[in-house]
Amino acid sequence: MTRDEALFEYLLRLGDNTLILGHRVSEWCGHAPVLEEDIALANTALDMIGQTQMWLGLAAEVEGKGRDADKLAFLRDAWDFRNLLLVEMPNGDFGQTLMRQFLFDAFHSVLLGRLMTSSDERVAAIAAKASKEVTYHLERSADTVVGLGDGTEESHARMQAALDYLWPYVGEMFRADDVDTEMVAAGIAPDPSTLRAEFDDIATRVLSQATLEIPTSSFGHKGGKDGSFHTEHLGHLLSTMQWLQRAYPGCEW
Amino acid sequence: MTEAIHKPSEAAIWQWLDAVPDPEIPVISVVDLGIVRGVQWQGDTLEIAVTPTYSGCPATSIISMDIETALRDRGIDKITIKQQIAPAWTTDWLTKKGRAEMEKFGIAPPSPAQGPERCPHCGGTDLERLSQFGSTPCKAQWRCKGCLEPFDYFKCI
Repeated sequence: MTRDEALFEYLLRLGDNTLILGHRVSEWCGHAPVLEEDIALANTALDMIGQTQMWLGLAAEVEGKGRDADKLAFLRDAWDFRNLLLVEMPNGDFGQTLMRQFLFDAFHSVLLGRLMTSSDERVAAIAAKASKEVTYHLERSADTVVGLGDGTEESHARMQAALDYLWPYVGEMFRADDVDTEMVAAGIAPDPSTLRAEFDDIATRVLSQATLEIPTSSFGHKGGKDGSFHTEHLGHLLSTMQWLQRAYPGCEW
Repeated sequence: MTEAIHKPSEAAIWQWLDAVPDPEIPVISVVDLGIVRGVQWQGDTLEIAVTPTYSGCPATSIISMDIETALRDRGIDKITIKQQIAPAWTTDWLTKKGRAEMEKFGIAPPSPAQGPERCPHCGGTDLERLSQFGSTPCKAQWRCKGCLEPFDYFKCI
């Protein structure tokens, strides 16, 4: 694997995380419990799709095979996606959506903070731009997790169930592989295992404020970021998201 | 040399751009918003650097189109619009004039205190946040407990 091949893979991971989660969150548009939340979710999704355009745009440039961000988003199949399994998990109820958002935002904010000092200026610039938006996302998702966790008996039970369901997908964020090793050697990105302590600080603080208990099992699902084993949910998501470009290739408006 | 290319000064171009309204908040210009980052002649081509407010802001492409149309109306044909993301846009780049116009329009301008200073309608200071997001990515929804009116707050980033 050359350095550029590794960088391409790494950029797909960043762009696919925001693309898949952005799409998932956009599924709430017109369905959220109250208008303000609907608008908030749609705006969060919009930020993530914007970040996707930058990451996948750069990935296409690094690849140099004439693809662009749109082609990467709409014309790859499930096994070519490099997102974390966490972000492809179904929305569930509003609480589960916000719990997934919080776990991702916490990780994302720590990661972007480190990428801002990347040796690759292009990566550093996108990270600096995205970081401002993600700081705001984290503030919101953390507040909502606390509000619902430390809320009524019903909302507390639902948030604990969401945490129990999603926690096994957290470990994958911090597992390093060959792509990460190459990025660390080039000074482009941090070793993901070094992000864990800062993530745990945020998670422990917010979840304890939310009166929720972090599951003790250390079992973790993996296979998303290297594309080896996505869940069955990704294919369904892609069939909705990519339908138009598959049915009418190259269609623009 | 038979034909001299007419090249308006960069100062004149800045002035023209200051008349191009933001598509979402038409009382302020794209210059007031701080998203025009550079105006420069490269030979006979005018290069404009524009930075997005939020990375997913759908107004970005409309803004580029409006800038191009405004300059074409002034007789400039060769224009390139460069998207520039670093340094990242900050609300510190809003002009004083822009902030004042925004408040008159009913949108509370950004404040480092991470909340509006006063109600843009009645000037009241007893305020509450309704939602962290508003009608566009750059705004949040607040309400004045004095006059009971809701209003948009331009988020500080």
